[in-house]
Amino acid sequence: MELKEFIQLFAEQFDDTAVELFTSKTEFKKLDEWDSLTALSVIAMIDEEMEKRITGADIRNSNTIEDLFNVANS
Amino acid sequence: MALVKFSGIGIKSVSATVPKNIVETSKLLDYHSEKHLTSFIETTGVKERRIADKDMCSSDLCYDAAINLFNESDIKTEEVGALIFISQTPDYRVPGTSIIMQDRLKLSKSTLAFDVNMTCSGYIYGLFLAYSLANLHGVDNVLLLVGETLSKITSKRDKSTGLLLGDGGSATLISKGDKYGDSFFSLNTDGSSYESVIVPSGGFRNMSSEESLADKQDEEGNIRNDEQIRMDGMDVFSFAVSKIPKDIKRLLDFAGKDINDFDRFVFHQANKYMMKVIGKKAKLDASKMLFSIEKYGNTSGVSIPLTIADQKAHLQNNDLLLLNGIGAGFSWGSAILNFVDCTVLNVNEL
Repeated sequence: MELKEFIQLFAEQFDDTAVELFTSKTEFKKLDEWDSLTALSVIAMIDEEMEKRITGADIRNSNTIEDLFNVANS
Repeated sequence: MALVKFSGIGIKSVSATVPKNIVETSKLLDYHSEKHLTSFIETTGVKERRIADKDMCSSDLCYDAAINLFNESDIKTEEVGALIFISQTPDYRVPGTSIIMQDRLKLSKSTLAFDVNMTCSGYIYGLFLAYSLANLHGVDNVLLLVGETLSKITSKRDKSTGLLLGDGGSATLISKGDKYGDSFFSLNTDGSSYESVIVPSGGFRNMSSEESLADKQDEEGNIRNDEQIRMDGMDVFSFAVSKIPKDIKRLLDFAGKDINDFDRFVFHQANKYMMKVIGKKAKLDASKMLFSIEKYGNTSGVSIPLTIADQKAHLQNNDLLLLNGIGAGFSWGSAILNFVDCTVLNVNEL
């Protein structure tokens, strides 16, 4: 999967955040809408789309969407 | 992975008891922000839970469930050949609570009784053990007690477990009978992630000490001591959505069943969103899933029998059931059972 598609899928997990706020450098945990539900939605998306299991530590250790993409792609 | 088949063993009756004391999630503003509580309810589905008072143990809830079960059953206590007590919150470190329960319940002194320490997969493992024992010549009826008072080892200021875990007890009677047909179990273990759900101290690796009882705050703002349960919810979620749909698929293949053959799905009530994601991945009809998490929270191994009791109006004789549970370790399992002539009592309050 390309980074651009990952960002689009990442953004789809959010209902109220403007789509233009999602870029490779977005620090996703600072988004107002980032909470337990969006976190689980992102984990489910990566499991479904990339067949990769993301751990809690992976989320905690990632700052930007690109960081998480790199973990998911590793 | 253990894949197992039984013939002529089944569940004769199920009963569950919860504490009277209700704690509503939305009212816990002394410990958590309104934003967090709203988000938590939306994600997990937990609107309220039952919490035991200081003097109420898991065994007391199980005792009540068992007495009610025997009062409604044609099986007498002396006909029980084995007793299994599954809990992480037993009465004492020594002796096992099952031993005490033999006497409290006035079971025969020739009863085989033992404790099992398991978490949210406890009911699946308990059924497997009970079916295994009931399969033996000489054991006709097995009493499975699963109870938890996890509130006693949970910090109210933990943003996850402090809002998720509820207390309850259950009793299930497993018996021989050709009418039950074939049952199938899948049982799995991966201990590499044992720290994802753990009470780090108070056991024998890290014994109880002044330090282990001191409150500490972690980087996410949870406040708890090391003798209280901690859970990495994201780890549990990712493991569950990754492993459980595959486990269900393998069990279906082993049993020669299709996901559309089932009448009801009774999953461990871990988190409503998680159950829905698992259901979607397993391609099952979500309208056939039973839920009780809104009323009782996550009661660990109790949640499956508690859901059966709470949702009994949605179960019919001869229903084909798929059960599933996943818990600390990780430990997980699934079961395919025929729900035949099963007496299910209303959930009792103690």
